Amino acid sequence: MKTVMQGNELTLFLSGDIDHHSARAIRETADGLVQEKHPHVLKLNFADVGFMDSSGIGLIMGRYRTMQLYGGMLRVTGVPDELRRIMELSGINALDVLEGGKGNEYS
Amino acid sequence: MNILNETTITLDSRSCNEAYARGAVAMFISSLDPTVSEISDIKTAVSEAVTNCVVHAYRDNVGKIRINVRILPENTVYIRITDKGCGINDVKKAMEPLFTTAPGEERAGLGFAVMQSFCDAVSVRSTPGKGTSVTLRKKLSLRCHNV
Ligand SMILES: Nc1ncnc2c1ncn2[C@@H]1O[C@H](COP(=O)(O)OP(=O)(O)OP(=O)(O)O)[C@@H](O)[C@H]1O
Ligand SMILES: [Mg+2]
Repeated sequence: MKTVMQGNELTLFLSGDIDHHSARAIRETADGLVQEKHPHVLKLNFADVGFMDSSGIGLIMGRYRTMQLYGGMLRVTGVPDELRRIMELSGINALDVLEGGKGNEYS
Repeated sequence: MNILNETTITLDSRSCNEAYARGAVAMFISSLDPTVSEISDIKTAVSEAVTNCVVHAYRDNVGKIRINVRILPENTVYIRITDKGCGINDVKKAMEPLFTTAPGEERAGLGFAVMQSFCDAVSVRSTPGKGTSVTLRKKLSLRCHNV
């Protein structure tokens, strides 16, 4: 997984399928880097994610809580159209972490 | 039930099989020429049901997951996912959005909500101590091929 630390911002470029099996490694990488680098903003970039089920929602909610704990912020960027519906259904819109567009304008 | 085509897959409840399970179902129904979004809906719903077997049904052990896929008339897909795991005490409650018995593991409690939203019908039968079977149904669009 590609990760970029720029100023106070840590971006994780997620790719492939996000399910219960793959979420674990992503979670461990994300939490490890957050503990090590203490970013103010954690960005999860979904532009290269082709599939996601509710495990991805759990992953986002979990990182949201981690960042709150550290007094930081979570941003979810680059969400492809195919994942819009599950994102909407999950209610994470209400957390105000979603950034619009295909994400490239934010990356 | 008039079954036009059918397959049954049995797999171990290991998380590494989750991708295989949804991929196999997607391949089987590809003869119906589903749209990209229909394939994605079905893969997501199957992934939810199979993951529930891995995470909940066989929480402390590895058991068998059986996936029966049928093509029915009028481009309808029928998928039944069965486990012989712990079962569900209160199915109605389990199907409520945000209900989860595993919040410590970052479960969102949205699996059944996703299945319901991505399929036309979802039915669940469960016997505590015996197992659970989840049936998904989705009618695919009939696309015109005479381009
Ligand atoms: N096959 C099953 N065997 C036993 N219990 C199940 C099974 N499927 C679901 N459950 C129960 O129903 C609850 C709700 O399932 P659902 O898939 O909606 O949410 P979840 O699995 O807890 O979270 P998420 O799917 O969002 O990761 C589960 O927490 C579990 O208690
Ligand atoms: Mg689930």
